[in-house]
Amino acid sequence: MQGSIQVPTDPKLQYLLRIGDACLILGQRLGEWCGHAPIVEEDIALSNMALDLIGQARGVLTLAGEQCPQDYDEDQLAFLRDERDYLNPTIVELERGDFAFTVLRNAMVATWLKLLWERLRDSSDAELAAIAGKALKEARYHQQHAADWVVRLGDGTEESRQRIEAALARLWLYTPELFDDDAVDAAARASGLGPAGSELREPWLAEMREILGEAGLALPKDTAFRSSGKRGVHSEHMGYILAEMQHLQRAYPGGAW
Amino acid sequence: MNATLEAARTERAWAVLDTVPDPEVPAISVRELGIVREVLDHGTSLEVVLTPTYSGCPATEVIERSVLDAIDAAGLGPARVTMRRAPAWTTDWISADGRRKLHQYGIAPPGPAADGTAPIRIVGRRADAVLRQRAHRAAVCLRLHRLQGAVPLHRLPRTLRTFQTDMSAPGRSQALAPERAARREIL
Repeated sequence: MQGSIQVPTDPKLQYLLRIGDACLILGQRLGEWCGHAPIVEEDIALSNMALDLIGQARGVLTLAGEQCPQDYDEDQLAFLRDERDYLNPTIVELERGDFAFTVLRNAMVATWLKLLWERLRDSSDAELAAIAGKALKEARYHQQHAADWVVRLGDGTEESRQRIEAALARLWLYTPELFDDDAVDAAARASGLGPAGSELREPWLAEMREILGEAGLALPKDTAFRSSGKRGVHSEHMGYILAEMQHLQRAYPGGAW
Repeated sequence: MNATLEAARTERAWAVLDTVPDPEVPAISVRELGIVREVLDHGTSLEVVLTPTYSGCPATEVIERSVLDAIDAAGLGPARVTMRRAPAWTTDWISADGRRKLHQYGIAPPGPAADGTAPIRIVGRRADAVLRQRAHRAAVCLRLHRLQGAVPLHRLPRTLRTFQTDMSAPGRSQALAPERAARREIL
């Protein structure tokens, strides 16, 4: 059995892990739709988007690994960390849910990532800027795909409407985390690595308002609840998804095919 | 090595790259696909600079291997492949020859790539009439080809856009290569 790797607590590394892990974990979640989506084209669309996200995660985690004195590679970071060392926002680890939950989460996360990649094109780190240039195009497509579905479900049948409303009520609780700043954000902003989370809040709200408005859905009220995945404190769902992802590399260290 | 020989070597390498097929759409070469950025002659070795088509492209390793094999087979090696992410690949980089071959192969060549500055476009209600019409055409074509299953209501993901085009233009299906027609049957 392969033990866990130790991850340093450097602000740049943490900033990169927050982005890379968001892509990695959402990619894994979307991959669960492969073979299960309601129609074949959505099955392929969701799987393709999962692939985009895994590709983005590969780039960012490779860059993150280079920040570590141990010079970890993407696979070590993806498969051999303890739960507390994954820094994705909680929203991406929540269970797959129904199709309404999936497309609404995609709309929320893709909008956030799109705004983030837009800013990261000007990162002081040239490699991160290069990754962002490619990822931005992909996030735009993800956003458009998800937004189309949110509108169709919100403005669809009674059943689809109920489901998207339920998804919105639940997912909304996890969105403030994306825009809460801490020392990692402050360091990134100061060094020009990337924007602080709070800088994306207003543009994100504006785009979500447009999407939800078109779907006939109202923005829910904010609550006091705050998730904390990006600080390593995850929901109960994280352990299960990591067990599935890590089992093979833990049981057969370095296994490749 | 003098300048003429150097130029000849990189030119020959470019010609070799025109024979390396894209693993996903073998009708066109990696050069025609527009993913070869540069061929650099370092004297003792060649360097081929590639740009991946998308972040998660699983064919990247295969392409790298087949490029190196082809350069070696032509006696131009040793060579190495480096990846360059920026600027990001765009379908605008597919060459004119590549577009013609895609068309012959049964794939509608993409139009000019969007520059991404346009605001988000939501299909939603306003496009319902268009979607219904498209769904109807698709349903007719599905019946024509005795396919069963879901009716596409929606823009297809990139790997399948070709099928959407084909399904809404039944007359074109005759031009499909047999293996593509077979793949569509499976789908």
